[in-house]
Amino acid sequence: MTRLDALSAIYARLYDSAVVTIMGAVAAELQSIGHRPNFFYLQHAMGLASSVGLGIALSKPSVPVVVLDGDGSLLMNLGGLSTLARYRPKNLLHVVFDNESLLSVGGFPTATGTCTKLAEVAAAAGVPRTACAISLDEFVKEFASAQSAAELTTLVAKVDAVGPAALVTDLGLLENRFQFQRYLQSR
Amino acid sequence: MPVSAANSQIVFDALKSCGVRIISALPETWLVHLIRLADDDPEVTLVRLAKEEEGVGISIGAHLAGVKSAMLMQNHGFLAAINGIVSGAQLYRVPLLMLISDRGTFGEHDPWQTEGGAVTESVLAALHIPIMRLDDPARVGHRIRQALTLAYSSNKPVAVLLTRDLMWEEA
Repeated sequence: MTRLDALSAIYARLYDSAVVTIMGAVAAELQSIGHRPNFFYLQHAMGLASSVGLGIALSKPSVPVVVLDGDGSLLMNLGGLSTLARYRPKNLLHVVFDNESLLSVGGFPTATGTCTKLAEVAAAAGVPRTACAISLDEFVKEFASAQSAAELTTLVAKVDAVGPAALVTDLGLLENRFQFQRYLQSR
Repeated sequence: MPVSAANSQIVFDALKSCGVRIISALPETWLVHLIRLADDDPEVTLVRLAKEEEGVGISIGAHLAGVKSAMLMQNHGFLAAINGIVSGAQLYRVPLLMLISDRGTFGEHDPWQTEGGAVTESVLAALHIPIMRLDDPARVGHRIRQALTLAYSSNKPVAVLLTRDLMWEEA
């Protein structure tokens, strides 16, 4: 499965959620499908997308929050999984696109390619629902079931190590940030 | 343990009266009363962290969602959170109220705190983060309100240093 196919397959399911993505390829690919005011791209501060999602989820318990994380980013903030699990907001769905690679910075392999299983790490951290999807069908099914479960979920999607040719888009960082804040004010 | 319970209460009351409703924290000796006060208050959500940098993300999310937050940490926790501060809060112009216990300065007994104490203010200055020192309990409320006002008007982090004179009652 490519990440772009996975994002396209769940795109319509993101309309009602506050969506926080990590930097680089995930942000550029989601924008290539179509930017929406409810999407916030954390283009740096690697590792903190899940923490930003937790802050939103605790502040707005009635708003569903989807975090689109990556293996490299999550490995930088594994402790954050224990914090997510401790507060386990029911409105937070934590998706991890695991391409076993730091693709945006040259494709160096991460430990998920050799030994580390992130869904199991999340489960052991105490996240109440976890899954690891290999195929696109599995991913779409698990995403839908996580959205209806109303329980903190970490869903790992094993994806190919391919990404867009360019990472910079014409959406300004601050334009995105203030637009997203106004969107949350309206919820 | 001679951490000032009375002055911790004054700091906590000041945060609450400014509307702070989420407090992220990692324990350290000087912060024990403050963390307990946050934990006991039903109007405040205490988020216990594994590492201080997470608190930057939580405060970014809380701010975008319209909730005032504060971070409680030791100066070594501030040093551990710097990338999040720079490439999260500063890059995206998000106000952060950081309450930092200023360990390792004059009067410090623990040898392991002394390097951090020697660099905290110069690192804050290098990051262009305004510094407010809290030492006089009578001015705590006023100064925390001023710090939060500047954080919001500038959309940037501010540092409030909790000093030994405020937090520690020498035997």
